[in-house]
Amino acid sequence: MKRHQYRADALIEVLHKAQELYGHLTEDRLLAIAHSLHLPPSRVYGVATFYHFFSLTPQGEHSCTVCLGTACYVKGAMELLATLETESGLRAGSTSADGKLSLLTARCLGACGIAPAVIVDGNVAGHADPEVMRARVRALLDED
Amino acid sequence: MEFQDLQIMAEQERSRRKAIRIHCCTSSGCQASGALELFHQLQAAVEAAGQSERVDIVGVGCMGFCGQGPMVSVEADGVLFEHVRPEQAPEIIASLDGGPCNVKQGDHAHPFFARQLHIVRRNGGVIDPERIEEYIAVGGYQALYHVLHEMSPAEVIDAITRSGLRGRGGAGYPTGLKWATVAKSPGERKFVICNGDEGDPGAFMDRSILESDPHLILEGMSIAAYAVGADQGYLYVRGEYPLAIARLQKAIAQARKHDLLGSQIFDTSFNFRVDIRVGAGAFVCGEETALIASIEGRRGQPRPRPPYPAEHGLWGYPTLINNVETFGNIAPIITNGADWYAGIGTERSKGTKVFALTGKVRNTGLIEVPMGMTIREIVEELGGGTPDGTPVKGVQTGGPSGGCIPEALFDTPVDYESLAEVGSIMGSGGMVVMDATTNMVEIARFYMEFCMDESCGKCVPCRTGTVQMYRLLSKISAGQATAADLATLEQLCHLLRETSLCGLGQSAPNPVQSTLRYFREEYERLLRKRVTINLTSR
Repeated sequence: MKRHQYRADALIEVLHKAQELYGHLTEDRLLAIAHSLHLPPSRVYGVATFYHFFSLTPQGEHSCTVCLGTACYVKGAMELLATLETESGLRAGSTSADGKLSLLTARCLGACGIAPAVIVDGNVAGHADPEVMRARVRALLDED
Repeated sequence: MEFQDLQIMAEQERSRRKAIRIHCCTSSGCQASGALELFHQLQAAVEAAGQSERVDIVGVGCMGFCGQGPMVSVEADGVLFEHVRPEQAPEIIASLDGGPCNVKQGDHAHPFFARQLHIVRRNGGVIDPERIEEYIAVGGYQALYHVLHEMSPAEVIDAITRSGLRGRGGAGYPTGLKWATVAKSPGERKFVICNGDEGDPGAFMDRSILESDPHLILEGMSIAAYAVGADQGYLYVRGEYPLAIARLQKAIAQARKHDLLGSQIFDTSFNFRVDIRVGAGAFVCGEETALIASIEGRRGQPRPRPPYPAEHGLWGYPTLINNVETFGNIAPIITNGADWYAGIGTERSKGTKVFALTGKVRNTGLIEVPMGMTIREIVEELGGGTPDGTPVKGVQTGGPSGGCIPEALFDTPVDYESLAEVGSIMGSGGMVVMDATTNMVEIARFYMEFCMDESCGKCVPCRTGTVQMYRLLSKISAGQATAADLATLEQLCHLLRETSLCGLGQSAPNPVQSTLRYFREEYERLLRKRVTINLTSR
């Protein structure tokens, strides 16, 4: 926050940084940010909930994000997602009870040339095959 | 920095080049297919073969043929390797001296490459985007020098106007006219914003340009800033593009170090700083007033226009907003002249357009073609048709704001007016090919779900209209709708188009209307089912 001179317009940059540091944004952290930037808490909460990128709930240890952009959609991303939902017992957008895995969806990763695309723990996998992905998700869930 | 310094740097860079340069694509698409590992293996293979003196392995930007990645090319003899696996690295190095090589080779004469015309993407796959020296070695920043020393702002605007360049973000507003408006608007400060919030699913041109040639965009922005009288620029990039952000940060730092950004650029009174703003996942931020709100640290909600940002933009100051690809055209226009650019393309749409060709098509990737090429040429010649020979049904252009064009209209040339006539838009350049197995009602429903999620919630027609339309489409899709539902759907299309606040809501009905226009039977088939069920149950 110091780097941005506590300027109110740096709010989004600050939220990015906070999420990067802590993984997700809690109400306490949002309040602290509001205080430092001299902004009403409602404004900070409003911005944090408006953008999809910010999360107010903790994410799983591992994440698996299925791209549902048009190119991936045409190439069978929905079937892929359904396979992974069945395998993990999770609905898209939720995290397993033990905090191991978050199954997420994305609106186009810009990797349409290698559709369908999936990101597992930050690594993009292209031309994703449902069976291969099913095994990877299983492995993530089973590891201790 | 003086002009001579630029030339010296370029000369030094060229002289330190080794006899053989091997390009390995390190863009997001190829990285996902294992390009980084390949890059290291290639370096190791050169070392192992004792060829370090002669061979240079260069990590370059996107070559365009993303579906065939990772891609490797040998500069001198133009050999192109596709689907290269890391363990094949020694084989490629050995092949330089005539060794046997079983790595799949691509063909430069293939229409996918041969029919392209590279202006914005000319350095993609050729230079290392992480080194400013390479950009300078291919003539980079000379256009900026020329502009600052030999042209007045009015002359720059005149050149851009004469070139006929139009905004590549989708709407196609004449760029010169926009610049002139900002230049004319009174204000203590002015800003230049590069819109890199490429939210359309199925589009990745901007990501690729930013990753492959970041300095081209910085140079274009600097020229624009000089022309309109701005001293601060913002590059707004999607948070989903970490590699593009990292490369831009690097590029800005290098440009600053060489005094190509900052104060008194090229020893003139021109000052220009650029900062990056990272988006946080909101499609609506591609709309210019929403984008400005986002840079100001607020919720990305659009406001009614006018006043346009050109008069009342960032913090109330006159602001120029152009798309990444638009800025990418600026330096080439200055270097080669407005007349050269105006000679490419059609009468009203000049130059080239980069498209992301994806979906059910054999050759997927990025293409840059002159305006006016027909959709058939793009899909069938460059794209090579569908992978399994299934007939092509249509192509979707312009993302959630665009429409589906049926195969019967494939002879439509790609330019702003022709695409609008057939009910689609140029959009940012996504082109998703659909074959006979694609269900058009599902596609319409998919886009409506997207718009519903992404609606910012400020105006009622868009906020509630998209939800209603989505429900109706789901109902149709499930085979439970009646003809009355279809009529309501059509009414809602009209309502959203006429009454929404911004482009998102106004264009949200496009996919529905265009599929209704060309594939109505698919909707009606789903309706009829209901009727027959009713009759039999009676």
